[in-house]
Amino acid sequence: MSLASLTKDWAATSYGFLDASAKRELRRKMLKAIAVPGCQMPYASREVPMARGWGTGGLQVTLTLVNSASVVKVIDQGADDGVNAASIRRFISRVSGAAETWDTLSATIVQSRHRIPEEIMREDQVLVLQVPNPEPLRGVEPNISIARQMHADADYGKLWLTLYEQIVRKGRIMQGASYPAMVNGRHVMTPSPIPRWDVPKLNMARHLTFLSAGREKRLHAVPPYTRVEPLVFSDRPYQVEDHADLTCRRSGVRGFFMNELPQDGGGSVFEVSDSNLGIKAIDKADGSAIEIGETWYRNGEYSA
Amino acid sequence: MSLDLGLPALERAAPRLMRTEPLLNMRDISKSYGNVRALRDVDAAVYPGEVMGIVGESGSGKSTLLRMMNLEDTPDSGNYTLRLPGRENENLFDLTRYERRMLCARNIGIVYQNPHLGLLMKHSSSGNVAERLLIAGERSFEVLRDKAREALDASEFPLDRMDARPIELSGGMQQRVQLAKAIALEPALLLLDEPTTGLDVSVQALVLDTLKRLQRDRKITMVLVSHDLGVIRTMADRVMVMRHGEVVEQGLADQVFQDPQHPYTQQLVHAKL
Repeated sequence: MSLASLTKDWAATSYGFLDASAKRELRRKMLKAIAVPGCQMPYASREVPMARGWGTGGLQVTLTLVNSASVVKVIDQGADDGVNAASIRRFISRVSGAAETWDTLSATIVQSRHRIPEEIMREDQVLVLQVPNPEPLRGVEPNISIARQMHADADYGKLWLTLYEQIVRKGRIMQGASYPAMVNGRHVMTPSPIPRWDVPKLNMARHLTFLSAGREKRLHAVPPYTRVEPLVFSDRPYQVEDHADLTCRRSGVRGFFMNELPQDGGGSVFEVSDSNLGIKAIDKADGSAIEIGETWYRNGEYSA
Repeated sequence: MSLDLGLPALERAAPRLMRTEPLLNMRDISKSYGNVRALRDVDAAVYPGEVMGIVGESGSGKSTLLRMMNLEDTPDSGNYTLRLPGRENENLFDLTRYERRMLCARNIGIVYQNPHLGLLMKHSSSGNVAERLLIAGERSFEVLRDKAREALDASEFPLDRMDARPIELSGGMQQRVQLAKAIALEPALLLLDEPTTGLDVSVQALVLDTLKRLQRDRKITMVLVSHDLGVIRTMADRVMVMRHGEVVEQGLADQVFQDPQHPYTQQLVHAKL
């Protein structure tokens, strides 16, 4: 028996682009990340045909999870039709045979940058977030070795100190995105650059969330039904962005996270950030039989 | 501790008036850095409510000893206990990193000579004080602010500047912020490493005044390291004289300064006067 008889025949590509050993490593790290919610797991980030910083971390997790029965949705800043989102989605589909979709309800894997869809995700769905900086302590502790010790000791006082400073200087907490959140009462994570609006959606969520940083070679996870509590002072409640009263100028939906479009003359108009929600609302108003799922926010109030 | 002048041993015995147990007790501390013996069989005891001064020239080991009191460094051998509730007979050098950090944050305050070591220069002064409280688990913004204000006030820091960054403040003010941070949690032990060195004489006097008043009002146990005999003389109840990593003489401050026994101490006192 020769070694060649035990191995598979050479092929120009392997299924799902990544080679088997890379996927095995990622699977192990993903399982570890689920076992210790919010704790960052290092992994060997592979080359993918995309520059680091453009979602390579999320892409590697998606390529590991994907199979031919998967339905993949990719969001960039809430939109499905951005160049980056469209390219990633088409790439995943080409290397795995998975179906593509824009609809949150029909997707099995949602890879996203900056947003969590407004429609509530289910147990059978996985959210993969692309993370530029997985380390919540980076701003307060540049030394990565010390930062790891601080995680081990649950020494997060300096993060609260950052919030204290913001209140002292500006009168309110200014942290807009990457708002630090305590996962399962133990590890503080930075939930990628999702806005404050989206952080409550992770708390006791039905779906599994992976947050993966390809350039930083680390991933962490929020398993289903896990507590995610943004860091706050006991007398300064957590506040999401002031978007509850804004109306989308195209679709007319109201009470969701909006993109602000500055206009000549100083004013601005708003469009719903989760673009597919807007499209579905327009189609529904036109009389199509479109199902809009339950949303995390109703009338601008979080209620899940 | 091999000083034998045929005199009553002042070194090991506690002053007769001291009836309480020492708060801080260090036994047989030795430490080498390569070939350099920084500390050799040093014993130290500090009693509740007193100010212990440590004098000695540069390289005598006084700062190393203070760093060990703050659990920033561990010796090659030796034993260190603090009489804290529940920790009476525990050698603090055996604690894990986490226990050490919690114990230090709650029970030991320190003021460094260099404020860059003790302060976050880009955060507000009140934030620097609040950090201590945050480590101890305080999570109410108003309470943090009130307690920070209280501690800054106690160290006679001008409250209208409580949100200024230490980097914008004068040296004396920076030392006051350090002091406020150190006393914010009402520690059992306050360590002062050359707290007034580098300040001009008038500011030095003011900071020493604050320290004296704090000591009087709060009965904080202090260990004060300085090469300046004048500072030690104003502040300390008892004095430990160190040289080449050994304690050459210790006793009541007045006694040591009036009637130094060891030749080195005699030289030192002489040089000063």
